[in-house]
Amino acid sequence: MASVCFYFQVHQPYRIKKYKFFNIGQDHNYFNDASDTSLNNARILDRVSIKSYLPTNAILLELLKKHPEFKLSFSLSGVFLDQIEKGFPEVLASFQRLVKTGRVEILSETYYHSLAFLYSKTEFKAQVLKHRRKVKKLFNVVPQVFRNTELIYNNDVAKMAEEMGFKGIITEGVDRILDWQSPNFLYSPQGTKKIKLLLKNYKLSDDIAFRFSEKSWSEHPLTSEKFSHWVTSHNGNGEVINLFMDYETFGEHQWEHTGIFDFLRSLPGEVLKHGQNDFVTPSEAVDRYPVRAELNIENFISWADEERDLSAWRSNPIQEDALNKIYSMEESVLRTKDSKIIEDWRKLQTSDHFYYMCIKWFADGDVHKYFNPYESPYDAFIAFMNVLQDLELRVENILRGSIAVNPILNNAKQII
Amino acid sequence: MKKLTVLMFGWEFPPFNSGGLGVACLGLTRAMAQEGAKVIFVLPEHVQVELDYMKVVLAKDFPVSPVKFKTIKTLLYPYVTEDGYFEKRMFERDCAYGQDLQGEVLRYAGMAKAIAEKEKFAVIHAHDWLTYLAGIEAKKSTGKPLFVHVHATEFDRTGGGNFNQFVYSIEKFGMEQADGVIAISEYTKNIIIQYYGIDPNKIRVVHNGVEQCPDCVEAIKNNPLEKIKDSGKLLVLSMGRLTLQKGVDYFLKMAKLVSKHVPNAVFIVAGSGDMERALMMQAAKLGISGKVIFTGWLQGSEIQEAYRRADLFVVPSVSEPFGLTVLESMAQGTPVIVSKQSGVSEIIAHALKVDFWDVEEMANKAIAILKYAALNKHLSEESQKEAKELGWDKAAKKCLKFFNEKVEL
Repeated sequence: MASVCFYFQVHQPYRIKKYKFFNIGQDHNYFNDASDTSLNNARILDRVSIKSYLPTNAILLELLKKHPEFKLSFSLSGVFLDQIEKGFPEVLASFQRLVKTGRVEILSETYYHSLAFLYSKTEFKAQVLKHRRKVKKLFNVVPQVFRNTELIYNNDVAKMAEEMGFKGIITEGVDRILDWQSPNFLYSPQGTKKIKLLLKNYKLSDDIAFRFSEKSWSEHPLTSEKFSHWVTSHNGNGEVINLFMDYETFGEHQWEHTGIFDFLRSLPGEVLKHGQNDFVTPSEAVDRYPVRAELNIENFISWADEERDLSAWRSNPIQEDALNKIYSMEESVLRTKDSKIIEDWRKLQTSDHFYYMCIKWFADGDVHKYFNPYESPYDAFIAFMNVLQDLELRVENILRGSIAVNPILNNAKQII
Repeated sequence: MKKLTVLMFGWEFPPFNSGGLGVACLGLTRAMAQEGAKVIFVLPEHVQVELDYMKVVLAKDFPVSPVKFKTIKTLLYPYVTEDGYFEKRMFERDCAYGQDLQGEVLRYAGMAKAIAEKEKFAVIHAHDWLTYLAGIEAKKSTGKPLFVHVHATEFDRTGGGNFNQFVYSIEKFGMEQADGVIAISEYTKNIIIQYYGIDPNKIRVVHNGVEQCPDCVEAIKNNPLEKIKDSGKLLVLSMGRLTLQKGVDYFLKMAKLVSKHVPNAVFIVAGSGDMERALMMQAAKLGISGKVIFTGWLQGSEIQEAYRRADLFVVPSVSEPFGLTVLESMAQGTPVIVSKQSGVSEIIAHALKVDFWDVEEMANKAIAILKYAALNKHLSEESQKEAKELGWDKAAKKCLKFFNEKVEL
């Protein structure tokens, strides 16, 4: 049997507007860009919803009705859920309809799609729990399988996920980790007892997500027939085919005219034509298939860029500086007990902000540039650091205020 | 590629230069010589240079053929507009483009015929309008192909306003008569197409490079800039002729904004020009005279020292055909903010770019570089690496390739 396991990442950050130094102390709204640029979060949400989320959700609903064996999974970041709840409730409703079929699983992740695991385990846990509560509230389900931001993973992440009660965890099937092993089996992360690891089959996933419309690709055009054939040929060499990708593949990265929607529409039918194939959710894969070996992954891996490590977010001094700065504020931010400040601090943790500061191949203009709403990584850094200065001021003002309010608790002079 | 002999007409050469033209000629000719080309460099009489890698010919040693004047008179007619001539205009060069310079240019052209007849060469290469007539004379008397190298245009110098008709006519005539036009940036190429009506197929873009040896400069002892830095100040540098084109007034407006938030910043205006007085007045009016230092014209190692000591270099040019100073600063590891209205911004990634009129954004970026140490350090390292890749060898190769195409015809 080859069980196809679809997992789609659905995420939109709160992009920081072009925040200038002169805004510090005056403007406490960091995410409300209203221009025509790609910093306008509302505008982007509208566009992607119309081009991708709504049409693809409609197709999936159709497919779920047509094929009772069809199944899939999503992870929906908390910041994404917030944005559609407030800005495009129709999209939320369409996701809810999908989950109601009972064959669409929701995965767990950090609410703010952040790199918190790398800096603060307490913050990481808090964000995962907040996300779990949100998912329960909106979809009435409790996630059983975990995926860290951008599939960032190592043994420690797996241990933490197991501690938090998850039965499965997913990550990228990176070549250098796997060596001769195949991503089409389940593994046991070293140092854990029960949790099972699912690995993305990046070759087949990227065939859809990246190569689909590339005319120079030898396999272009990719038909669902052809793809289903590739899936079937794994019989005997694998149990699960994990197709993990960004949901925006459908309609946004791969535009409608490439035929991506037709491909999706016909795919389940083609796959199911071969009796030995079926579809599973990650939970089902975990329940059904045994672990075939232990995998020891000490150094962090991810699904980002060619390197598939942390370099997309942490490969130059300005990224490091920004990350260190924001996480150094954890203690004082939480101490303010001010919900708006804490919320802003968390929105600033979203991994995208640091992705925009990546300088790898900046001069050559590559995929980072396509995704970068700023003119340069330096502009991204400047806006981010200016915003942190403003946040710091707000924190200081509150904390100084509280000293005055509770004079008995400490001997500090009243400043106000 | 055949090894060519190039008869090159220049106007200035370091250390007797007043702008980027001389610097570019030095870098280009040296790189061309390294590529195996033989360069015969012609200079007008008032410049004396001794070089080991190419032959320098001083035009003053040659007789003047009085052919040009009639030709010149006729050539000016097609380009006369209703507005007429602008005779005596002050340009950014330290001499007036009055009758004197016009006379020099024509006289230079007159000598070119004799020079061309004496030397053996495959192509003629003329730098900027001052030498185009000389190039044309050399082409007329030998039939060899002529290439004009556009380092700047009347449009850059005047911002599209009061063109000097004499200069504009020569620029246009030179580009039309040439077999090939070399533009130092896409920015300049577009100006040539739009304002001079030259066929795009005739134009080749060859970006300038930068000399690859910033460490070869001796440190200056008792450098006043060093003393200022030691007292805890941050240096923000601008360097270039003090003219409208260079946008120094925007620099001062930016300085006002920056000094509000970075009280220990000091602003260096290095250069001289017709706007010097006005700029000093402006600094006073803005209330920042205490923070601005006018150094006057810097030479040689003083320039490299200035780059090295500065914490930030700002080039707010209104219209900059290239901007060699940007690369020079990057080579010294000093971060740069450069106007988007410049040729150099086309080829560099590790510099901050801004529209020259957007003073607020310019100040925003400047403050960020001065306040965020990680940004300053990183830009410094990356820009230095980038500058290393931008030597003159690429430019020389491109020019020689262009020459070979016409020579083979």
